[in-house]
Amino acid sequence: MAKHEYSFYPGCSSQKGASSSNYLTSVETMCEELDIQLNHIPDWNCCSASIGYAGGGELPRLALSARNIALSEEHNAGQEIVATCAACWLATRETSERLAEDESLMAEANQALAEAGLKLKNETPIKHMVEVLIEDIGYDTIGEKVKKPLEGIKIAGYVGCQTNRPFGIHGESFENPQYLDKLVETLGADPVKNYDKKVQCCGGALAFSEPDKSQEMIKGIIEAAYDGGADMIVTPCPVCQMNVEVYQDHINEKFGTKFKMPVVYYSTLMSVAFGRSAKDAALDGQVIPAKKLEEIAK
Amino acid sequence: MADEKKYAAYICTGCGIGDRLDPSQMETIATREGKMQSCKQHEMLCSKEGVKMIQDDIDNEGVNHIMIAACSRRAKVEAFHFPTVAMTRANLREGVIWVRPEGDEHQETTQEMADDYIRMACAELRFITPPQPSGQQDLNKHILVVGGGVSGMSAALEAAAAGYPVTIVEKSGQLGGHAAQLHKRVPYRAPYDAPMETGIDALIKSVEENSDIEVLLNSSVAKTSGAPGRFEVEIATESGSSKTESFGAIIQASGFKPYDANQLPEFAYGKTPDVVTNLELEKLAKEAGDGPIKRPSDGKEVKSVAFIQCAGQRSDKEGHLPYCSGFCCTTSIKQALYFKDQNPGCDTTVLFTDLRTPGAPGEDFYRAGQKKEVTFTKGAVSEVTAGGDSLTVKFKDLILDEDTEMTCDLVVLATGQVPNSGPDPYAGMGETEEDLEATAEAEAAAAAGEAAPVEVSVESILNLDYRQGTDLPQLKWGFTDSHFICFPYETRRTGIYAIGPVRRPMDIQQARDDAAGGAMKAIQAAVHAAEGQAVHPRSGDLSFPTFRKEGCTQCKRCTVECPFGAINEDEEGYPVYNESRCRRCGTCMGACPVRVISFENYSVDSVGQQLKNVDIPDEFDEKPRILVLACENDAYPALDQAGMSGVEINPWARVIPVRCLGSVSLSWITDSLNSGFDGIVLMGCRKDDDYQCHFVKGSAMAHERMSKVGDTLESLNLEPERVAVYEVAITDIERAPKLINDMADTVEKVGMSPFKF
Amino acid sequence: MSDLNTAMIEKYRNSFLHEVEANVEEGEWVKMCMQCGVCSGSCPLGNAWEHPPQEIFMMIRAGKRDDVLSSDAMWMCTSCYNCIARCPRGLPITHIMHGLAHYAKRLGLAPKNQPTAKFAQLFWDNLMKKGRVNELKLGLSLYFMNGFGEGIKTALKMKNIGLGMLKTKRMSPAEAFGGHGVKDISGLHKMIKKAQELEDARIGQSAK
Repeated sequence: MAKHEYSFYPGCSSQKGASSSNYLTSVETMCEELDIQLNHIPDWNCCSASIGYAGGGELPRLALSARNIALSEEHNAGQEIVATCAACWLATRETSERLAEDESLMAEANQALAEAGLKLKNETPIKHMVEVLIEDIGYDTIGEKVKKPLEGIKIAGYVGCQTNRPFGIHGESFENPQYLDKLVETLGADPVKNYDKKVQCCGGALAFSEPDKSQEMIKGIIEAAYDGGADMIVTPCPVCQMNVEVYQDHINEKFGTKFKMPVVYYSTLMSVAFGRSAKDAALDGQVIPAKKLEEIAK
Repeated sequence: MADEKKYAAYICTGCGIGDRLDPSQMETIATREGKMQSCKQHEMLCSKEGVKMIQDDIDNEGVNHIMIAACSRRAKVEAFHFPTVAMTRANLREGVIWVRPEGDEHQETTQEMADDYIRMACAELRFITPPQPSGQQDLNKHILVVGGGVSGMSAALEAAAAGYPVTIVEKSGQLGGHAAQLHKRVPYRAPYDAPMETGIDALIKSVEENSDIEVLLNSSVAKTSGAPGRFEVEIATESGSSKTESFGAIIQASGFKPYDANQLPEFAYGKTPDVVTNLELEKLAKEAGDGPIKRPSDGKEVKSVAFIQCAGQRSDKEGHLPYCSGFCCTTSIKQALYFKDQNPGCDTTVLFTDLRTPGAPGEDFYRAGQKKEVTFTKGAVSEVTAGGDSLTVKFKDLILDEDTEMTCDLVVLATGQVPNSGPDPYAGMGETEEDLEATAEAEAAAAAGEAAPVEVSVESILNLDYRQGTDLPQLKWGFTDSHFICFPYETRRTGIYAIGPVRRPMDIQQARDDAAGGAMKAIQAAVHAAEGQAVHPRSGDLSFPTFRKEGCTQCKRCTVECPFGAINEDEEGYPVYNESRCRRCGTCMGACPVRVISFENYSVDSVGQQLKNVDIPDEFDEKPRILVLACENDAYPALDQAGMSGVEINPWARVIPVRCLGSVSLSWITDSLNSGFDGIVLMGCRKDDDYQCHFVKGSAMAHERMSKVGDTLESLNLEPERVAVYEVAITDIERAPKLINDMADTVEKVGMSPFKF
Repeated sequence: MSDLNTAMIEKYRNSFLHEVEANVEEGEWVKMCMQCGVCSGSCPLGNAWEHPPQEIFMMIRAGKRDDVLSSDAMWMCTSCYNCIARCPRGLPITHIMHGLAHYAKRLGLAPKNQPTAKFAQLFWDNLMKKGRVNELKLGLSLYFMNGFGEGIKTALKMKNIGLGMLKTKRMSPAEAFGGHGVKDISGLHKMIKKAQELEDARIGQSAK
């Protein structure tokens, strides 16, 4: 039996053929190495992220996440829910807290869930994968698993918004969280100190609807990483990863920059450092290849 | 036997002193040069055994003058407490070994420093005697409270509870002051969410029922003379009769006057009865009881009300108060809740530019107002007009940046507090030339139409029979002067404490806290006076100034410059010291041009002999000497702390603590220059309106006097930069040593003094 | 103007604040704003807001109903939660902005052609079909949300990004046909319908 077992909420973007399918691949590799077993919540649905609000009112949106928690409580009873996507984690945890503090909302949510034959107890902690790594596994254990230290690579830890606010990781500050830097150090790489766009917004969903405004912010995020001497950016959030990675050509065209900054997930770094193959680490999922990691993974 | 002086020196070799310095050499200096009749070393002088060794010498050997060479005089004060003898301390630890680096190359200069401190402490010891109380007064526990409002009544109850009988003198026919006019008060207990009963009736009742409190209504203070422990106060009643009683201390709780809203015609005050001040609203609320508040013009129930914050306040317009009265924001929230609690549908709008809700309840009460839907609008009101059935309030919305207006049934002006002070004894006359200049500038500014001074009562409250005026000196805007940071209730008249809104604007809760503090201070003043001891900051000091009459020229500098009005003049113009009014700062000593004023343990000689006994090396030794006169309240502790933090001080420095920079005699400057010192650094406290001088004016006086030291230097043909005067704070742990080290650099630049013999 | 809008104007004639408190997600917090402006200063797109959050709160209290609800402002929220993290009064500002946007949309007052408003609706519609978001269809519908011609242009502009995603298998043409979804889609639809009914009833309107 695995040492750690969780009820896993992978989220839409992690599915096969979706924008962060590479995240899931590397997370699965990472979890294998750390002896973490992920039990998918059966028949989970979209959380509506933070952009569903035009069509969905408060209660319908809460009902979506309530359904996922209820399914978890029914099928993966007693297991903490863990999500890898920042928006999934945030929406689920927010729902859990809102329903816990508002009895009438809770009653209404259960009324709606009853239509689908479900009932919410709302007794399950909701974690982000980063919390599992830091709080349940620990830097020391992670460090012990490192077979190929990522020596000589300078990495900017881009925490972004929703993994950081409003909940964040316990013990970290909103303005300057340290955990990605500590993780980078644990893996033998060199964190960019005082990366000043660490918690800057990338635009989130507005990268689609307000591309100009978002790309200006993304430009700042990449520029600051270059200023810090970074070889690549690491992030815990699929929206951050996608937004910062895939628009670099557009940004170069618009601002005359020459960005070619790889943006990877912490799970990619860990898979490589744990000695796994480029494929297991999902390095083939990089739109901008992370060459320095490829070399180590060879 | 008592007249025979017997000197003994004690050198501690603990804390590294014995390792870093040569104790036997210091012992030789103490006995040969310092003329100590005995000298003992101890490896830990502050230990029980070390202290016993000294005490045994005092008890059995007749030793009555002791020199302790160990740590700073600020350290180990409990261990080295020998009240029956004269004592000096040579600061070898914080003053020498902790500010000097180790190493052979530094050994010689470090030892020279220590040797000099031994010489200085021995010299000082020869010129002091153990102080004796004057016995000018006995314990008088009777406390006078002037003013029967919340502050005065609370102070009276506090003092009475401590066993000190009180007489309250109240000008009006009843107790309670302005608070008695209030409908309710801002909450003072958790959860801070609703107005509370004022409790004034209960307060009045407990005062009236207290057998230790005498209440004199319709009365005033006709004359106050004497000093702490022996104030003689003539109390006059409206009927014309008067009586004189003696008191140990006085509390002035004369409160405030409401700002005169007639100066606010732009807000239609006086044009329509539906514009009222916050105090007038209390009357309407009281009349309404639990029913709806009616508007004055037609008795219609008020359905919408606007509160205009900072009305006639925080503004430099003529006739406005320049300051924030501090109580009005929470008062407006309270008054808005009068309406909301009676009728939640009543529209209440608070128009503010900065909402300030000080004190424990402030923020919670603000939130409570918001929860009950009091609307808080950040807006600057320009005008109120009456027309038809309602009032129109024109304002600029400061968030939306637009001019807009609202209508309502009633407007409440959140007006402020004007202190009810007597005339400022120093208004217009100035205490020093510097002050005279400042006064002239202020008058010029007023003539040019800038910030007209706030009008204050000119009727005396205390009628002090002091040479320095009838009432408590003021800082600005009519509020009594106090050391806001450290000693809030202190005034510049010892034994008289100002509490409540006469000291600064405040609300009921703050006034009650103030009253407790003021009562404790008054009790302390009475007790210390009986013991012949000083009150703060030299609390417990028995020494007090005396003067040599045959040398006095009756110039009156001491009587004028005493910051505390401690010195009267007799018919011939000689100073009359009132020991218990004196704070022992020595500003009179620094002022005296003929050097006739001295304390038993602090005098022109006790310091002058220290600097004269510093060993001045030959000019060609290239070892300059820098004299540092450091205020014992801030600068000297900062230097001690520098030692604790390992900050280096130049080895040429010789530091002498002074009671206040105001006590520095110009003769010390000329003497040290004449004896070959190369530079002089004077360190006092901050001296402006936000002064930190523990003696209020001492530092300012010293700066003023030292501004003329250039003439002395010129007459000696010396460079003016050899003397520097600084304001130093207790936190200047890095800066204070740097100022000394800077002087060493200066000396290196301008060269050694030619006056080395 | 929608009937609901007319009904709401009638019901809350005197107080937009009360209307917001009753009908907008977390709206009861609006009155607790103390106008410090930290939210506006913390917003990454603050400069792009017609009225930053601080102003929106002030406008609600000042009864500027139309100005608020028809504003483009709330739709500029990127959900970065900076305002929530920093608000000294602990107001859930992000949620209030989402709530105001939703309420404006519900009343038919949201600005027409607001790109985020459109995208947010597309997102919801997309997820409602199968219970999970189909990124390919969402992307395509996004390109074409401003009409066919615009859509071709956008698609061309986005071609390289699409290719990159295809190459790395982070986008799949197979998604155009069927794609991922929730098995119990009818249960999910019933649940959402019920939730909408309950919410509509709370806002004082029977389900359509």
